[in-house]
Amino acid sequence: MPETHPILQTVDLTKAFGMVRAADRITVQIAQGELVGIVGANGSGKTTFLNLVTGYLTPDHGRILIMGQDSTGLPPRLVTRLGLARSFQIPQLYTSLSVLENVLLALAAQARKSTGFWKPLYRRQWLEEGMEILARFGLTPYASRSVAELPEGGRKLLDVGLSFALQPRVLLMDEPTSGVSIEEKFQVMDTLVGVLQQSHMTTIFVEHDMDVVQRYSQRVLVFDNGEVVADGAPNTVLAAPEVRRAVLGRE
Amino acid sequence: MAQRFPLAGLLAAGLFVIAPFVVPGWVLFLLTVALAKFMVVLAVALFLRGGLVTFGHALFYAVGAYTAGFGSKWFGAREAVLLVPVGVLLGALVAALLGLFMARYRGVFFSMLNLALSMILYAILLKFYWVTGGTDGISVRTPTLLGFVPPRDALRLLYYYFTLVIAGAVTYAVHRFLASPLGFFLKALADNEIRIEYSGASVQRVLYSTYVLSGALGGLAGVLVAFAVGHIVPEYAFWLQSGEFVFIALLGGYSSVPGPLIGAIAFEFIRTYANKYAPYAWQMTLGIIMLLIILLQPGGLWAMYEGVASRFRRRAEGVWHA
Repeated sequence: MPETHPILQTVDLTKAFGMVRAADRITVQIAQGELVGIVGANGSGKTTFLNLVTGYLTPDHGRILIMGQDSTGLPPRLVTRLGLARSFQIPQLYTSLSVLENVLLALAAQARKSTGFWKPLYRRQWLEEGMEILARFGLTPYASRSVAELPEGGRKLLDVGLSFALQPRVLLMDEPTSGVSIEEKFQVMDTLVGVLQQSHMTTIFVEHDMDVVQRYSQRVLVFDNGEVVADGAPNTVLAAPEVRRAVLGRE
Repeated sequence: MAQRFPLAGLLAAGLFVIAPFVVPGWVLFLLTVALAKFMVVLAVALFLRGGLVTFGHALFYAVGAYTAGFGSKWFGAREAVLLVPVGVLLGALVAALLGLFMARYRGVFFSMLNLALSMILYAILLKFYWVTGGTDGISVRTPTLLGFVPPRDALRLLYYYFTLVIAGAVTYAVHRFLASPLGFFLKALADNEIRIEYSGASVQRVLYSTYVLSGALGGLAGVLVAFAVGHIVPEYAFWLQSGEFVFIALLGGYSSVPGPLIGAIAFEFIRTYANKYAPYAWQMTLGIIMLLIILLQPGGLWAMYEGVASRFRRRAEGVWHA
């Protein structure tokens, strides 16, 4: 029964920094096509979870399975190759290159051509794919501009676009709207969720804005002190008083 | 830039081709050495693009030079068409070996480990004098070109063209390299290693590949200079030599291929004139020049040229406003 594997599964995932348990026996399963929001107060272990799952941190205990394949202990590069990509709270971009070049490098990495030293990076197939990706994320006007000229909302979109270009099975987004103005927030989320749903990409996003989670996720995981304290549909989960207390720190 | 290159590039190539008929012999010799050194400076410039400084590429330069030296001294070989590829290969091989280790380091460690490795070679060249000639060095016999022994007068000219052809090929190859995924990843390395790893690409592999290429370029430069100069000494591996390469890369500008070439030529001229007119203030001259470059033109001489060229272009297009 190979196809019944959850696309991402963690078993008893645990990580401590000194006395602080940043991840405490996290056991979750994410199925193909789900759109999952992770909420929690600052320091509740949301980003630690992303860092563990993507291999940036190694867990003290527990296992991570990507489509049934054990990825525990693998570095980010190999986790990415298993089909799990992530974006960052603070966009991680190549700031001395153009917007299009950033995407082209993602495509080159995806094609396993990162050490190709003879054929140009600007090749027709990648240019077409790259421009198509930029169009999806509404970044076409910026294609040949330097990344330094992008507004913050555009940087966030490009950061996700670079991960999207890798055609992952699962995309993890760390606070996709942080640093974006309130007016832009929903616009950015509309674009992101639109693109990802259209390509049926399983998506997990970390967010501390309850409104954003309420509006965009189909399932919510609530983190508190490194533990998953609630898991379910946004309407029921986010209405629970203990959840509001955990996330907002008040009732 | 893309459209401009063929014209400016052809013009430059044309100048190099006719140079022997215009300039005196000593300038031709100087140009030959500059063209050869240009290749190792290019290697250093590649790393500068990636945000890394190497103070040890004299190592590969010496590997190349001693390829010519040992060929001459121990194997009775002086065929340039044979020894030049051997120098490239040995440079690449040594880099392939050391790169396994060097590709793990960045920043100060990368700089200083390169320096340390080159100084180990320097010590070996110095101490094993029965093999290497020690401080006396090795006399490199005049090269033959495909078995042809050029007459004395023609040698300088022929060897200039030989070096020029190779420099042309290297220019083309490195141009392609810089436009390739690897070339861009190298530049991206200075920006964001995290993103490279999270793209499923390997930072180490990018560095390692570049390191091997840089070793090949260093070996090439060394073997060519050894033939041009005719005598080699352990100082070829000394850290001051590595520092000179970094100096030249900064002088010419490291963000393009022509930068190191202009830098290498300018440097040889500066050295010659400084030796002639101010032999005791040679280091001070270099210091002042570096100071001026960093303060006034951090992109190097090439950036200075580009600035002027683009101003002229804009004026020609009628959009220039003073």
